[in-house]
Amino acid sequence: MSAVLADMPETVAPATTKAIAPSRGQRPWTFYVLATLFAFYVLALYGPMFCIYILSFQDIRGGLVFPMKGTSLHWFVDLFTQVRTGDVKGSFDRSIKLAIIVTAITVVVSFLAGLGFRRRFRGDTVVFYMMIGSLVAPGLVLGLGTGLLFQALGLNASWYTSALGAQLSWTLPFGVLVMFAVMSRFNQVWEEAAYDLGASRWQSIRLVMIPVLAPGLVAVALFGFTLSYDEFARSLQTAGSLNTLPLEIWSMTLNVTSPSLYALGTVTTIVSFIVIGASLGSIVLIQKKRGSSTKG
Amino acid sequence: MKSDRGDIELAGVCKSFDGVTNVVDGVNLKIADGAYCCFIGPSGCGKTTILRMIAGHEDPSAGEIVIGGQNVVGLAPVQRRTAMMFQSYALFPHLTVRENIAFALRVRGMSKADRLRAADAMIEKVRLTQFADRLPAQLSGGQQQRVALARAAITEPRVLLLDEPLSALDEQLRVQMRQELRRMQQELGITFIHVTHTQLEAIALADLVVVMEQGKIKQAGAARDVYAHPHDRYVAEFMGGQNVLSGRVEKVNGSSFTLAQAAPDGIEVPLQRRPSVSVGDKVDIAVRRDDVALVRPGRELPPGCTNSLPSRVLAIEYQGYFVKVMLDTVPDDAFVAYVPEKTFFADPFTVGDVVLATWATGSALPLA
Repeated sequence: MSAVLADMPETVAPATTKAIAPSRGQRPWTFYVLATLFAFYVLALYGPMFCIYILSFQDIRGGLVFPMKGTSLHWFVDLFTQVRTGDVKGSFDRSIKLAIIVTAITVVVSFLAGLGFRRRFRGDTVVFYMMIGSLVAPGLVLGLGTGLLFQALGLNASWYTSALGAQLSWTLPFGVLVMFAVMSRFNQVWEEAAYDLGASRWQSIRLVMIPVLAPGLVAVALFGFTLSYDEFARSLQTAGSLNTLPLEIWSMTLNVTSPSLYALGTVTTIVSFIVIGASLGSIVLIQKKRGSSTKG
Repeated sequence: MKSDRGDIELAGVCKSFDGVTNVVDGVNLKIADGAYCCFIGPSGCGKTTILRMIAGHEDPSAGEIVIGGQNVVGLAPVQRRTAMMFQSYALFPHLTVRENIAFALRVRGMSKADRLRAADAMIEKVRLTQFADRLPAQLSGGQQQRVALARAAITEPRVLLLDEPLSALDEQLRVQMRQELRRMQQELGITFIHVTHTQLEAIALADLVVVMEQGKIKQAGAARDVYAHPHDRYVAEFMGGQNVLSGRVEKVNGSSFTLAQAAPDGIEVPLQRRPSVSVGDKVDIAVRRDDVALVRPGRELPPGCTNSLPSRVLAIEYQGYFVKVMLDTVPDDAFVAYVPEKTFFADPFTVGDVVLATWATGSALPLA
């Protein structure tokens, strides 16, 4: 470094403006502006959520607004015991089950679509835009249409039929798009090498493609799960008589006036974080395993 | 009919991807069992396509590929008993060195203990024992190449196909790995087919050098043959080390002919290898750059030299053991002399000097 400086001709003009020039120890003023902006962003993003979390820990006197009245887990107990708060446990069960089914279908179909789209085929752009089309379509309208169609066909709308279909119209295109990004990092020559070494098509998918793409597949799964778990618009007209969790929360906002509503928000957030943590953990685990194991 | 021989015969092999132009255009070639064969040519000349057709990753549009007396067109690589080493090695990123090498045995259904034992033996052969549990990303380029070599060799192929195996390495490592490839080839005793665009690599390694241009073989022969006796202008220029001059034949006299050129009396060329030359023909000749001697005007020419071309020195490059002197001897083509370092510095030239370029008359080579 010093050698470089020593070699620098003296004619080079010193920096006259401080803002962008590399500073010696002191930060430029732009740092403070951007840091403040970021702080406001974080506050706006997490502040409202933290209000909910904090208010959910009030005791029995608690109301819907600040100030906080005592601390207890009363409203969490209330949430799962009181009938007047609605069928929280049942809807939570349904939402989790539905999200798992949606995730499984999304991962499998996206992976296969990713395989298919590696090569160009007749009508590939049409297929692609039809898929994107269902992303752009307004969810509420799509849900309404699905509900109507089921009615016209004389089928009962329920969370595991019509709602599943409506949610897939949302998660599949997302999953496929993510899969495209994941696939672009797969070097086709690996497949060729597997073939060269005598692997069958199925062996090269099982032993090479899936393990190499595993972190990406986890990402697709995470996407599918979270999109389904908090899906509202498409499920509204398609879930039938039994609500999913977002629908249940929505109906609670209309008729429940106790902090158990907030307790529900806290619980669902915790579930979301567990799912995200598990996904990221599994990605880390996959990568760690590659570093150490010699499994066959 | 199963044979362990790795001799290869290409008969009228063509390949077209679009049905219009042939990327490989009627190639005929015999490669002996256990030979080290290098395909060389500029990118897009079809050399990699030939390799991939021999490997079974591409089917020829026409022609036959015979390995060990058996036509292998349509067979999978494993059935052909060929193995390919890919350009960027294509090591499986999620598998350790040991697992990468054991992969071929794994897909054959060999038990875990057996295949890991076999892999370890191969790892020892390529001297990677201490890296056996590493992932490809944790290896250097040279180590990756050895893994790729071991992974291909464990299938016990009779032909190993290498697609530009050294292009991903830096200069020093390239020379080192070149020797290692040759050593492995001799150790395994199988046919190696190596695709490259580096002349030095080809002539350093190969028993058989195949020079290609636009899907056709221009010349195939021993390294020294191809380098010292190029068949035509293309091969001479591609392999390098030659000055190519062209001109019209002025007169033919017995064992030599005279080429009209910048020299006052024309250039005298011996009539070897090209018996039929008549006056008026346009002929290319090659003169090795290290055969060219530079003499100051007025001095006596070295013995055996009858041609002398007055030239001006355009540029001088010091190359260590020789000095590269670029001259304006002929108007259209480059003319270069490789002067031994000691000779050059005994009486150094500078840019702009006028010199006479000369060479032993018998060393000029008429080209087809």
